[in-house]
This record gives sequence, structure tokens and C-alpha cells, in this order.
Amino acid sequence: MERVVRHFQDELEALQARLLEMGGLAEERVRAAVQGIVSRDMHVIDRVMRGDEPINALHIEIDDRCFRLLALHQPMATDLRAIVAAVKINTDLERVGDLAVNIAEAARRYVSHPPVKQLIDIPEMGEIAQGMLRDALDAYVRRDTGLAQQVLNEDDRLDGLKTHVFRELLNIMLHDATTVEPSIDLILVSRHLERIGDHATNIAEDVIFMVSALDVRHHPPTTVED
Amino acid sequence: MTLRHPTVQPRAPQEDRPTKIDVEHLSFYYGDKRALEDITIGMRSNLVTAFIGPSGCGKSTFLRTLNRMNDIIPATRVEGTVLIDAANIYDSGVDVVAVRRRVGMVFQKSNPFPKSIFENVAYGLRINRMTTGRSELEARVEESLQQAALWEEVKDRLQESALAMSGGQQQRLCIARALAVKPDILLMDEPASALDPIATQRIEELIYDLKKTYTIVIVTHNMQQAARVSDYTAFFWLGKLVEYDRTDKIFTAPGEKLTEDYITGRFG
Repeated sequence: MERVVRHFQDELEALQARLLEMGGLAEERVRAAVQGIVSRDMHVIDRVMRGDEPINALHIEIDDRCFRLLALHQPMATDLRAIVAAVKINTDLERVGDLAVNIAEAARRYVSHPPVKQLIDIPEMGEIAQGMLRDALDAYVRRDTGLAQQVLNEDDRLDGLKTHVFRELLNIMLHDATTVEPSIDLILVSRHLERIGDHATNIAEDVIFMVSALDVRHHPPTTVED
Repeated sequence: MTLRHPTVQPRAPQEDRPTKIDVEHLSFYYGDKRALEDITIGMRSNLVTAFIGPSGCGKSTFLRTLNRMNDIIPATRVEGTVLIDAANIYDSGVDVVAVRRRVGMVFQKSNPFPKSIFENVAYGLRINRMTTGRSELEARVEESLQQAALWEEVKDRLQESALAMSGGQQQRLCIARALAVKPDILLMDEPASALDPIATQRIEELIYDLKKTYTIVIVTHNMQQAARVSDYTAFFWLGKLVEYDRTDKIFTAPGEKLTEDYITGRFG
């Protein structure tokens, strides 16, 4: 019995390691995509657009691992929640990878125009989104519900910045029609970064579920606070 | 932990029902050794309650207190009460045979009598004089075999020896035999542990069907089985009831660390 449990533990740890590797890749791609648009570096942008394959491969591998663990070990309680959480986190991270590609595509179009404005909010949104991803994955590794809760709180900042970016660019477009195309691309980038924050939030919610068996999804905020 | 959001616990699969068996402060002794310690638990009508726990934790002993099956073991003693439909089965003057008729039992190893299939099911009806004529007896035997999902397999060979049946069929025959005397409650002590996966699945499907009519209590070593067949699960450890809750709660988010450690195999 003990040997079987140890075998299962080893498999669970390997799953966690692969998930973290995928998280690291996703985070790095978000960083590179934002760097690409800020520094107008086509080389970096192209690299993000072409480099989705490792994440896609991990996406499939992690799903397979989860599937095998569920089928062969029929885990229960905390182990069951950990694997269900891994399946969901895996999907979120793959989407983050896709969104990094979307940012790079918008960036490529954007740098073909003269700059609309100095980019301040977009890099800040990139920092916040990467930080949320990093913290959500740290919370996953450390089983830290407090840190997961911080990630949930951060999401409001990202939403606020996205709204700010939209209003500012709307104003620019209204005054100068030649800025419409690049401005829309910047709005899209802010939208993609906000979506990355949503995926980090999903991961944080999965961590809370995994650790505490509490389902905190789809509830209006600010109900419980002491 | 402070959560900003309100929380939702896993939901019950179905509404709760009234209790059929209420055990209050039950302790059980083999000689001086206390095997069960102050158990209080209510088992609900027309649902399946599973008892899980490591070997020697007292779950089978506890099951046997529910129809006074332990009475036949010398030097044993019970404290506390077992109320079935609010009447204590340990009250003086209670007819133990009548209790066991109301609370049927199926054992780990199928134990058909060395008689025909028909006579195995008819046996309890005969000795309790529960039928008035041959046709009523035959009807009741058929009904019981139908309920035990065995009728179609044996209807053409009712006079053959029960011992010629397969293990899974023998176990279903024992269930039919228990059902023939129309109990309210069915106790099952590891009913599928000696059966292959297909025979086990048939027993589990049977349990699912039977709970429409009966209150079922099952002891099992197989946690997946407890998770599959039961509505409520009780975890026993060293003669104590550690946790009792809805089965979905026990197997996804148990409240006690001891339960968690047991069902995830990290025990001891």
C-alpha cells in the first residue's frame, strides 16, 4: 500500500513540475510579447508568434498525465482535487500562451505604424498580469490560499487599467482618424492582458478549491471581509 | 484564511430523508475489551449508508449490533441504544428473531443452504409461516428472485442445487433469501469482496435498485465501492466513529484529517 502511495506521490510531483514548467513558459511569452510591442522589436515579436509549440506539447502531455492518474489511481479527496485543479490550470495556461501570440500579432500590426503614444499603461498591465500568473503558480506550489486570494484582488487593478487604456485611446482616435488602426491594436493588447489576468484568477480559484475544497467562483466580491 | 468571496460547499445529490436507524451512545465489549466506543449515528431511510475503515476498526462489529447478530457471540456486552423506527431493539422483551426478520443480513462469503435454489429462498418463508399456500410461496420466491435480479437466470432451474451456481449468483441468491421475509433494512457485510468485477457491478446495481424499497447499510473495504453505491459514509477508526457525512463530501472534501489520510492512502 505504502509503495503504491509513494508511486502516486511521485507521479503527482512530476505532474506539478510539468505544470510549473508550462507556467514558466507562458509567463515568459507574455513578458516577451509585451517587450516586443514596447521596444518595437520585430525579432522578439516574431519569436513569440512562432514559439507556441512547447506549450501546446505540454498541454497535451499534462492532460495525458492527469487522465492516467485518474484512471489508474482513482484518487480521492485532496488528491482528486489536485488533479482536477491541474486539468483546469493546464487549460488556463495554454490559453495564456495563445493570448501571448495574439498580443504579438497585434504588436506586429502596431509597429508598422508610427507610435500613437508613449506606452505606460500597457507595460504596467503586462507586469501585473505576469505577477498574477507567477503568484497563482506560487500559490499552487505552496498550497497558499492567502496568496491565491491576493491574485483575485489584483484582478480589479487590471480591469481598471484596461478601461483607462480604452478611454485614453478613444480620445486619441476621436482627435486623429489616422491613429484608429494602431489604437485598436493597443486596445486589443490591453484586452488580451486583461484576459491573461482572468486566467490567473481562474488558477487562483482552483488553488483555493484544491487546498480548502471551497468553491469561490462566480460570486460578487466583497461579501466576506474581516 | 480570509476569503473575500462567499463560499459554496459541494452540494448534496438529493434531499435528506428521515432516519430509520438511530444509534445513541453505543459501546460494545468483547469481554473487557471495548470494541466500539460511544457511537451515535442516524441512518436514513431508503438510502445506502456505507461503513469504511481499516481492518479491526469495528465497522463489522457495529453492523452486527444493528440486528443483534453479536448476541450469539459469548461474553459480549452492549451499552446504549439502537432505535429502529424509534423502538430500541435492545429493550428487554424484544423478540430477537423478529428483529432479524426486519433487519436482514448478507455476509461476505455467500452461504446458501445445500438445498435447491427454490428452497433457499422459500426457507425463511416456511419457518416463519409467512405464506399460506404453495402458489403464494411460489409467488413470493419469484418476487424475491426478481428483486435480487436473479430470476431470469434461474427460473428454469429452480430445483437445481444452489451450490452449483456461480459465486455472484450465490450472493444474489442470499440477497433474495434475505428479501423473501420482507425486511425493512438490509445489512451487507462486504457483499462483493469475493466477486469478480462483473459480478460486483451486478451487486452494486442491485443495491442501487433495492434502496427504493429498503434502507441499506453496507460495510466495505473497497472505497471506490463505497463512493459508488452509498449516499452517506461513516468512517470508523479504533472503534470510534470519526466522521459521518454525505458520501460526496467524504470522498471529495472530508472534514477530518484522519478521514483524509485514510481515503488518500496516507494512513499511519
